[in-house]
Amino acid sequence: MTVIEAHGLRKSFGPTIALDGVDLHIEEGRILGLIGPNGAGKTTALNAILGLTPYQGELRVLGRDPWTERDRLMRDVSFIADVAVLPRWARVSHLLDYVAGVHPRFDRAKAEGFLAKTTIHRASRVRELSKGMVTQLHLALVMAIDAKLLVLDEPTLGLDILFRKQFYDSLLNDYFDRNRTIIVATHQVEEIEHILTDVMFIDRGRVVFNRSMEDLESRYLEVMVRPEQAAAARALKPMDERQAIGGSILLFDLKLDGTDRRQLDGQNLDRQRLAALGDVRTPSIADLFVAVLTNKQAGPTQGAAR
Amino acid sequence: MNTQSNAMHESPLDSQPIAPAALSETRPMYWSTMYWSIRRELSENRSIYVAPLAVAVVALFGFSLSSIAGIWEQQLSLNPAHPQAPYEMSAGLMMLTGIVVSVFYCLDALHGERRDRSILFWKSLPVSDATTVLAKASIPLIILPLLTVAITIAMQWLMLLLSSAVVLVSGLSIATLWTKLSFLRMSWLLLYHVLTAHALWPAPVYCWLLLVSGWPRRATFLWAALPLLAIAGVEQIAFHTWHFATLVGSRLIGAAPAVSTSPDMFPTDPMTHIAPADFLSTPGLWIGLALAAAFLAAAVRLRRYQGPI
Repeated sequence: MTVIEAHGLRKSFGPTIALDGVDLHIEEGRILGLIGPNGAGKTTALNAILGLTPYQGELRVLGRDPWTERDRLMRDVSFIADVAVLPRWARVSHLLDYVAGVHPRFDRAKAEGFLAKTTIHRASRVRELSKGMVTQLHLALVMAIDAKLLVLDEPTLGLDILFRKQFYDSLLNDYFDRNRTIIVATHQVEEIEHILTDVMFIDRGRVVFNRSMEDLESRYLEVMVRPEQAAAARALKPMDERQAIGGSILLFDLKLDGTDRRQLDGQNLDRQRLAALGDVRTPSIADLFVAVLTNKQAGPTQGAAR
Repeated sequence: MNTQSNAMHESPLDSQPIAPAALSETRPMYWSTMYWSIRRELSENRSIYVAPLAVAVVALFGFSLSSIAGIWEQQLSLNPAHPQAPYEMSAGLMMLTGIVVSVFYCLDALHGERRDRSILFWKSLPVSDATTVLAKASIPLIILPLLTVAITIAMQWLMLLLSSAVVLVSGLSIATLWTKLSFLRMSWLLLYHVLTAHALWPAPVYCWLLLVSGWPRRATFLWAALPLLAIAGVEQIAFHTWHFATLVGSRLIGAAPAVSTSPDMFPTDPMTHIAPADFLSTPGLWIGLALAAAFLAAAVRLRRYQGPI
């Protein structure tokens, strides 16, 4: 089942173009990481999906138009927009009562169960809780909702590493299953890398990279090359090169326009051939992200080839 | 078409029992949502009930002081010609409190949730903008008037008991007091007066304030007041009249025409004086309600566009 389908999604704030023709197709049961520099349009895209902002173009979330049917859509969609959106005046018990009162798919016992694992008191007001506890509370509320799509926009911003790890662990262990879909937008890529099934890079309002993790692992390789072999490696046209202690690290796309690759010197670029040049490993999303974005910004010809 | 075919692909075992349940739960769910939305307003803005209660306590305190003083100074305890005077005054005080609380509440209604970013939380739940705005509008139009009446009546009962005690201590008969004050009638009149003059009549003013609270980033009061002042100012310069200012002012203080034929501001006079038919046939009432509805519709639309500030 398709969860999100978008064609030519556009949105501008005055002269600033936030979304410049975004196409999306997200299937059920995926965990998508949405990654992009500040101001790339991640939040705008998520806001459009959640019915928080009007847009141009075609967008369907679970078969509904989010802008005109937000309240209906929110029965099946949950989101954590930011760490600090729970009303500060509310007591924890108020929030449980309220969500139980307005949400037909909220399982209060489940939320109480999650809260029991934390040190949050029912009688506390949100403003008395620490930042980490507010996030735990919000997560407990959201995980107790039987939603089809969960959207997280920088959910762990400003939290320490223990909280961040715990956050994603409970999300994966206590919440995610094949019938749910999760979209996470974050800058802390390395922490969510292992839970993602798909990754998407957004830059200047456009989707510049969109791959499944399997695809990514079979397709991109990083080689640690010693200085004496650097020239030979560069001849294979890496996507990106960066310096490290004892040599340089070159990033290769094995499948990038298959024909182009073979024309290079008549030979296929593959793992064995790269292994001859140095240590081969799968690149991290962060390194790939830097490579894709710097190449794209380096010149229009390279960007177009990709 | 797509949605339908998607729905068909889902396992029929799952979708079939959900469909009728979803239909039947729609109506009670709406009222539950409305109820919890109003509860949310009451816990977010505790001044809605704290302020009237506090004023009632202060008024009772003042009344008990003067009553106790009245044990020694007879003329203070009861004005035989007009025994309801202190009751009217305290009721008037409660209505004034209601107006002040309503104005402040409305000016913050759609602003507070944007200011503290909690709008992102409220919008993550299946509550429509219309339900939220209506729940907020119900505070000055329904909840506060009823609350004012309830607290006022309770306060007046306590005042009556106090007076009776004082009269008994002074060695007079309480019969005069109880016959002169037809208490039940006074309560009904109060309810009628508050619902007409303090809910229906000023509705356009409250709804205007509510609408404006959803618009600016700060200084909602200025944004609400400046257009009104500008209109009044232009009218004064152009025509040397104050019709518009008088109109808005009289709406706000609840000086509705034709609520009753009594010249008194607080119609605690006999029932014969009230004139609901006259009130309901005032075109001004219906024009005001139409304006209020338009302001609310605009506020619903505005909230859809608004995010945190």
